[in-house]
Amino acid sequence: MNAKQKDRLATGVLYTIAVLIVLILASLLGYILVQGLPHVSWHFLTSPAKAFEAGGGIGIQLFNSFYLLLLAMLISVPISLGAGIYLAEYAKANRLTDIIRTAIEILSSLPSVVVGLFGFLVFVLQFHFGFSILSGALALTMFNLPLLTRNIEDSLRQVDFAQREAGLALGLSRWETVIHVVIPEALPGIITGMILGAGRVFGEAAALIYTAGQSAPALDFTDWNPLNIASPLNIFRPAETLAVHIWKINSEGIQPDAAAVSAGASAVLILAVLLFNVLARFLGQRLYKKMTAE
Amino acid sequence: MKTKVITSKDVHLFYGNFEALTGIDLDFNEHEITAMIGPSGCGKSTYLRILNRMNDLIPGVKITGDIRLEDQDIYAPDTDVVALRKRVGMVFQQPNPFPFSIYDNVVYGLRLAGVKDRTTLDAAVETSLKQAAIWDEVKDKLHDSALSLSGGQQQRVCIARVLAVQPEVILLDEPTSALDPISSTQIENMLLELRDQYTIIIVTHNMHQASRISDKTAFFLQGRLVEFDDTKKMFLTPKQKETEDYLSGRFG
Ligand SMILES: Nc1ncnc2c1ncn2[C@@H]1O[C@H](COP(=O)(O)OP(=O)(O)O)[C@@H](O)[C@H]1O
Ligand SMILES: [Mg+2]
Repeated sequence: MNAKQKDRLATGVLYTIAVLIVLILASLLGYILVQGLPHVSWHFLTSPAKAFEAGGGIGIQLFNSFYLLLLAMLISVPISLGAGIYLAEYAKANRLTDIIRTAIEILSSLPSVVVGLFGFLVFVLQFHFGFSILSGALALTMFNLPLLTRNIEDSLRQVDFAQREAGLALGLSRWETVIHVVIPEALPGIITGMILGAGRVFGEAAALIYTAGQSAPALDFTDWNPLNIASPLNIFRPAETLAVHIWKINSEGIQPDAAAVSAGASAVLILAVLLFNVLARFLGQRLYKKMTAE
Repeated sequence: MKTKVITSKDVHLFYGNFEALTGIDLDFNEHEITAMIGPSGCGKSTYLRILNRMNDLIPGVKITGDIRLEDQDIYAPDTDVVALRKRVGMVFQQPNPFPFSIYDNVVYGLRLAGVKDRTTLDAAVETSLKQAAIWDEVKDKLHDSALSLSGGQQQRVCIARVLAVQPEVILLDEPTSALDPISSTQIENMLLELRDQYTIIIVTHNMHQASRISDKTAFFLQGRLVEFDDTKKMFLTPKQKETEDYLSGRFG
């Protein structure tokens, strides 16, 4: 075989693998959607789940998923921004920085079940937060923080050093340069990373089973006082999310229509995660375009 | 006798153990263009960046000597670096506009200094872009991204950005070496126009450029200042053998 033939063969193999991956993904998605979408209706999306009878929905779980996501992002975004900025802009190349980087690395490779168990021991038991939104949000933060920090640090590092010099030479202080030049430039990457992180958090089950809990008590959607136990905003109530609900139904569901509920819920979950991904790409590109050219 | 704006005596700079500048004495006159020439790696940029303390960013740098902007010791512990850099602006080799609109680029320094009044900002944009000889090309698209411009236009926007904060001294580090000949000539002409209002110090690789626009020329070699004189004198009758060799293209 000469070089040209080898090249063609290699290209062919790689091409086949790529097509295969796309096909697997497409059929997986297709299967879940075809199975699940027929069960999805407005009623299904808004009504509470039923434990023993058919006809339950996923309303509360869906709300819980979004609420938990919101809280987890509210906690993890500021922290990871601070950590990312510190690592990219201020950290000196020394032992301490190495240790911080390694810690983040390890944290980001922990299996989410382990993060969940840690959350159970620390937040649920030690801090007496119980199975609650708060415990869940904190566990999700543990899970999200390292990846988000890495993403922010990388996005900031990608900004050309010449841009920092430009800011400093204009008489901006170091901090002003970071805030007014570097972060705006890194924003498309940061936003993309955050939305992808949100997608990951939204679909997470293992970290939540022992933290946010596996029950979804009825909520009173007219009561917005976060101190009331039936209020959707209460952060000390247990809150089964969509992903946990799917796991629960499949492992111990006794509803006659368990298979249908599970399929419907899976379809909704997949759609939401897909939506996050599309949104991430779209927003990232839009922002980038807006910054680089008219 | 012209007023000296920047004076420097016995300047040494170390990158770690490496002595990149080995005792430089060099003064710059008001409303003159001084060119700094010399082969790659001789310390031109290093010296230039001493004047607005851009070397402070590099870890392990040690600077000694007496460097003054008018009476103020640039390296005194109580020197406000941010204020210094407003007085001593800098233009880099690679055009580095921010990824914002042309307008926002030019008013950047002013906005951060707290100027909000629209008419003041508009006026500053027009004046600076005119001074930078790019107003006519961009006046109809001030709100387009600066990155949509050509390299030469970007560089002139960067110069306008510096002019807008009204510095006294402008440092330029090979500002045309990444540009085509036409853009380079435009920038050279613009600098000649600006000379009456600013003190300009330009590092250049291009001897033709130095001889065309500068009043004084400083020739650097391996961290030393070999010769410093009126540009005409130096190019016609260099005093040092090394200068003569360099100018006649025998090395570098
Ligand atoms: N950040 C740095 N760390 C160590 N050495 C440097 C650094 N920057 C420049 N140098 C060295 O200092 C010398 C002068 O560099 P420079 O001022 O950039 O030269 P020029 O601008 O004349 O080409 C060169 O030998 C270069 O390798
Ligand atoms: Mg240089």
